[in-house]
Formats: sequence, structure tokens, C-alpha cells
Amino acid sequence: MGIIELYDVSLSFGEHQILHNLTLDFWEGHIHAVVGPNGAGKSTLAHTIMGLPDYRGHTGDILLDGKSIKGLSINERAKLGITLAWQEPARFHGIEVREFIQRASSKSGGEKSPEEVMNMVGLDPDRYLVRDVDTTLSGGERKRIELASIVAMQPKVVLMDEPDSGVDIDAIQAIFQVLESLKEQGTTVIMITHSAEVLKHADHAFLLCNGALVDKGTVEQLSSYFERKCVPCTHKNVPDEEVKI
Amino acid sequence: MSNQSAIDTLLSTINMHSHSFEENTAHVEIHGNRVLNTTLVEGLKIESKETDRGVDVDILVEAGTVIDEPVYFCFGMLENGLQHIRMNVRFGEYAKAHFISHCSFSNATEVEHIMDADIHLEKGAEYTYFERHVHSMDSGIKVVPKAKVTLEDHSRFSTEFELIKGRVGLIDIDYEAECGPYSVLELLSRISGRQDDVIKIREAGHLYGEYSRGVLTSNIAVRNQARAEIYNELTATAEGAAGHVDCNEIVQDQGRAKAIPIVDVRHPKAHVTHEAAIGSVDSKQLQTLMSRGLTEDEAVEMIIQGLLRK
Repeated sequence: MGIIELYDVSLSFGEHQILHNLTLDFWEGHIHAVVGPNGAGKSTLAHTIMGLPDYRGHTGDILLDGKSIKGLSINERAKLGITLAWQEPARFHGIEVREFIQRASSKSGGEKSPEEVMNMVGLDPDRYLVRDVDTTLSGGERKRIELASIVAMQPKVVLMDEPDSGVDIDAIQAIFQVLESLKEQGTTVIMITHSAEVLKHADHAFLLCNGALVDKGTVEQLSSYFERKCVPCTHKNVPDEEVKI
Repeated sequence: MSNQSAIDTLLSTINMHSHSFEENTAHVEIHGNRVLNTTLVEGLKIESKETDRGVDVDILVEAGTVIDEPVYFCFGMLENGLQHIRMNVRFGEYAKAHFISHCSFSNATEVEHIMDADIHLEKGAEYTYFERHVHSMDSGIKVVPKAKVTLEDHSRFSTEFELIKGRVGLIDIDYEAECGPYSVLELLSRISGRQDDVIKIREAGHLYGEYSRGVLTSNIAVRNQARAEIYNELTATAEGAAGHVDCNEIVQDQGRAKAIPIVDVRHPKAHVTHEAAIGSVDSKQLQTLMSRGLTEDEAVEMIIQGLLRK
């Protein structure tokens, strides 16, 4: 049994169906990759699991530890241990990095200090904790600070949307080291990516195309499939029956 | 009430006391139309005259004087009434000082505080002015600060107005500045309105001197039925003059906010930009904080306080 289980989850915006009858599970203490081309529904899947307001109208069910979380708000899911790192992290004017991290850890009872988690993501605490989480930080720095706030939460499940987006090679290495460390502590990591490089850091992978699950398996299996069939994808946002895999 | 007793009471409303000040720190306390205390330092001259309606104050920072420690002003009304402060501020050439002004009306319910300031900075002078208001939770407070600022060449005027504790009541700010060559003007307002508070800001900077610069920033939050109207105007008429108008307003509940940035450029080598963001709390910010376990109310409050600290 997975820690996160989806049963027959479909989601439509108006007449446009984005997710098609997804049934899959994510295992505790593993790193998963959800791969697929742009428009495959990967980020939508992450937002649906997190319970963002626009994504709560799905059919089917989502379970955490065997219990439905379908009716829960974002912060209620977060209190149960689910959290999300955005592809492009938000900017917060007037909020210092230290406060941003502390508020996250205070809500979950996390025991790691801001200094500790900043060191984990490879950013100098003395230099960064007093800065605001705003436009004076690069996208890569904000990405690592967001990850630091997540580490401080000590969550059960981390949804990482495009972990390599907008970050340099050193930052990517630091991010994957942190994800490995989370995994060792029993956290389930779900990475959303269209990158074969990111896929290599996963234990298991799911391939989405046009909002439908078209394959799952080991990274080796999915790498081959992904590279052969889905780059570039010609099936973006077309009905199920037209998808030929 | 004796002067010392009034000073102690006034300072206690802003969490300070007479012993808060070091020996080499200038400070002035004014209660209603009474000047309770004037402590000066070398190069700083302050003359005050009590009037029926308030106090007239002349401030001179002599040429070449650099005051390292902040100069503290505390204006207050411990009971209801009118306080009209007429302030004439002059900084001599290359004088430099930082003023911190607390306006405390934390116990009063019906107060009118009017400030008419005439500020003149001579060549190379630098004047930094921070004004913090502490109000009660009653709506009967009316604050009307007006200032005319003249900046001679290479001078700098930076002011920050903060009203984030207690009710605003009515605030009607009107600042106008004439900026000479290579001068710098920075005006920042941070105000939080609630219930039926009314916030009006009119700030105008005339960048007539070559390479003068101006930044007008307003960070405002309105909740419940509070209203805000912000008129920020920068006029640039000289070569190299440059400026930016920035208005950020968060609107919650039935609050209303209006921002009217006016950018008037009359020289091909001048450049002024403006940016206004008005609306509810940014959804990504909100969802990020909620995905860390904060409730919606906690997340909104954190975002608003961040904006007001900015």
C-alpha cells in the first residue's frame, strides 16, 4: 500500500478534461518521478494532491495513509504532512528567510533550526537568513530557500514541481542531496519533471501523457520509453482515444 | 500633570521612558500644545512657541553638522483635542541628521493632529525622517500631515511614514517636493486601514534639477470597509532626472483602494517609471504559506505584515 494513493482521479476545467482516470500510488520513503511532456498534466496532478482551490473539483479519491484527504484544504493536508514546492517559488516582500522557515517548522513541530536547513540546501545562513524572500534573490536561491522551509517541516510527502527549473548545476546537486536525505528519513518525494536528468534521481517513475497514466516502472524502463515516444509529444491536450503510444 | 509625569506617560505609550535616551541624544516631547522637554546636541537648534492650537517649532541643523545619534521627537495627545504643529526645518550645507518621530494617540478617541512642515535642505544636506504613529482602536483620530520640501543640489531627503498599529481614522497626507540638481527624494508610506478608516495620500515630486532622482512608494492594506486613495506624481523636466512611483495595495473584505500614479516627463533624457499592484493577496503566496500549514487567516496576516514592513 502506498502512502499516497489515487483512485480513478479525473479533473476537468469546464469541458476540458485535464486528468483522466488516474489510479496510482506513491510509496513511503521513495523518490518518484512523474514524467511527461509539457501539458501532460504533471503539475495538475501535484496541485490536485496538494488540494489547491482550483483543483479540488476532481472525481475519484486521494488517500494519505489509507484515509481520504479529498475534502481537506491545503493547510489541513499540510498539517497531515503533505507539502508542495512550486516550479517558480513565490516572492514575499518584507518577509525574511528566517521567518519564512520558522513559520513552516512551527506549524509542523519540526526540530531543525533555520541555520541547519540552510546549510543543508547549500546556502550560507549568515548571509541569507536576514534577507527577504523577494526579488533580490535569484530564482535558484528562492528555490533552495523554499526547499529549506520544506525540510524544516519534516513532511511525510513532498511534491517537487520541476526541481531543476531555473537552478545551476551546483544548486541542482544540493537539491538532490537534500531529497536523498529526506528519503532516508522516510519522506516520500514526488518529482514533477520533463527532464531525463531529473528522472535519473528517482526510484520509480510514472509516465503521463494527455492527463492519462500510460506507463509506470523503473527509471530505466521509463527513460527509454520517455525518450523514444514522448519527446516531443504530439498528443498535447487531445482526447484519450487519439493518444497512440 | 507635571511635565515629567506627562513625559513619562507619553513615552510609556511608545514603550520608551526618559532613561531610554543616551546623554548625547537629542529629544523633544510635545503634549498637546505644551513643549514638555527639549534636549539638544551641538549643531542642533530648536526653538518652539506654544500656541492656542499647538506648537510652532523651528529646527536648524547647522551647516556641516553631522549628528550621529537619531534625534527623537514625541508628539502626543493623552486626551481628546486638537494638536496643530507648524514645523520649519532647515538643514545647512552638508548637515546630516536622522530624525525619529513618534506620534502617540494611543489613549485618545477624538483627536485632530495637523502637521504643517516647511523643510529646506541646503546643498549636500541629508535628512532622514521616520515617523511612526501609534493610535488607539477608536476611529475618531484625524491626522493631516502636510509638507513642502525644497532640496538644493546634492541634498537628500528620505522619509518613512508608518501607521500599522491601531485604527487609522482619517489620514490625509500631502507632501510636495522640489528637487534640485543631483538631489535625491525618497518618500515611503506604510499604512494599514480597517473598519471604516480612510487613507488619502498625495505625494508630488518635481525633479527639475539635472540628474535629480525620486522614488515614491506606498504600501497600503485595507480591510473591512476601509478605503485608500493614493495620488503619486513625479514630474521630470531636466536631463538625467529619473524616478519611480510604486504603489502596492492589498484589499481584503469590502475594502476599496484606488491608485493614481502620474508620471510627467518633459525632457528626452529624463526617465520615470511607475508600477501599481492592487488587489487581494497573491494566490501563490497564500497557497505557499498554506502548504506549510498556516491557516488562510494566518497566511493573509503574514503577507500583509510583510508588505507593511517593506
